[in-house]
Amino acid sequence: MRAFDYVSADSVKEVVGLLASSNGGAFVLSGGTDLLVQLRENRRKAELLIDVKNIPELTAIHFDPQSGLRLGAAASCFAICQDRFVLENYPGLVDAIKLIGGVQIQSRASVGGNLCNASPAADSIPALIVHHATCSIANRDGTREIPVERFCTAPGRNAMERGEFLLAVNVPASPANFGAHYLRFIPRNEMDIAVVGAGAAIALDDTKQRILSARIALGAVAPTPLFVEEAGAFLAGREITAETIQEAARIAQAAARPISDLRGTAEHRKHLCAVLTRRALEKAIERAKG
Amino acid sequence: MMNRKVHVQAIINGEEVEFLCEPRQSLLEVLRETLGLTGTKEGCNNGNCGACNVILDGALVNSCLVLAVEVSGRAVTTIEGIATARGLHPLQEKFIAHAALQCGFCTPGFIVAAKALLDQNPNPSESEARQWLAGNLCRCTGYDRIVRAVMDAAQAQEKLL
Repeated sequence: MRAFDYVSADSVKEVVGLLASSNGGAFVLSGGTDLLVQLRENRRKAELLIDVKNIPELTAIHFDPQSGLRLGAAASCFAICQDRFVLENYPGLVDAIKLIGGVQIQSRASVGGNLCNASPAADSIPALIVHHATCSIANRDGTREIPVERFCTAPGRNAMERGEFLLAVNVPASPANFGAHYLRFIPRNEMDIAVVGAGAAIALDDTKQRILSARIALGAVAPTPLFVEEAGAFLAGREITAETIQEAARIAQAAARPISDLRGTAEHRKHLCAVLTRRALEKAIERAKG
Repeated sequence: MMNRKVHVQAIINGEEVEFLCEPRQSLLEVLRETLGLTGTKEGCNNGNCGACNVILDGALVNSCLVLAVEVSGRAVTTIEGIATARGLHPLQEKFIAHAALQCGFCTPGFIVAAKALLDQNPNPSESEARQWLAGNLCRCTGYDRIVRAVMDAAQAQEKLL
């Protein structure tokens, strides 16, 4: 690895100050499971790494029944998936976070880092989108919030300006009769990158027969994780039937714009979009029914 | 400025250790090259294979993806810290008993990973053990003997407790 300086920051203010005084060569270091690999392969060039893991706010996992879940951007996937409140209240999020690497990667990798790395195939992002999650971004003026579906702008690029960094990911409290699920297709049992990933979240009415609202998002079928708003809009207000679910899956499939690469062909990915969306919806409904 | 070495103090295998390193150096590099702890292996050097596994403040990590400067004030256990003065750890005994290795290059990583598993789940199911070890690659054994050794070590440890 090329030489760089390292600072372990003590506060958000210090990070903002360091970023402001750098000319673009400063990177925020959280788990490093993407960043250190990219530096070693000379895909990025850093002059300064700012370690944020020693700032308590950045690794905090805080749940409140009213306001929901706040994940510090550097909280490890392992810590998140061990958290009692996360397991109880956000199983659809755990589905996705658990898939990010083995234990060794989970111990270091963060959901915030998965977002910032902005891979089209990132597992946590479709799951966060269907949960209505938002990003808290710190800058010199304070913080700003944007929905997760607007965070990724291109492969490896995100909506943060120079001088900004990701503080936390906020996931609202779930409404009544809510269920969510994320799943992906890979050609192996574990430890791979999604060929296609699909997340679905659904809220049912009190009869649990009718859909009040739904959100669907896909991974690895567009330059950024894809929020398929129209598929959720189609489901809202409808009875749960096999045909309704199939039609939502078809809408999601139509929205996908996959490419062919070493992980799969565009045609295969198109096919997977419908299958995985249907399965994600079925499992989300099962969970919503309790 | 950027090549300046940093002074780091950490607990490694229960002993207080001081070393100098450049910020760009991985924990793996410093363990092997500076501290002479060559039991930790460099496999892929990008977080895929698990050969360089160490336990950092109780968490299983790939030491190739940790900067040495990050361990300042923290506790690291390497393969050299698994056996005790009384002898080999049950995992090490069972890896020998089951012939759970061939070339042996992945073995330190597997044993450290399995130690981290048993520390937090002393009685894992086979499926839990396989899931936990999924981040460690072995190109020789086909994994079966490794899993048997880990399950047997868990049982042996239970008896001791």
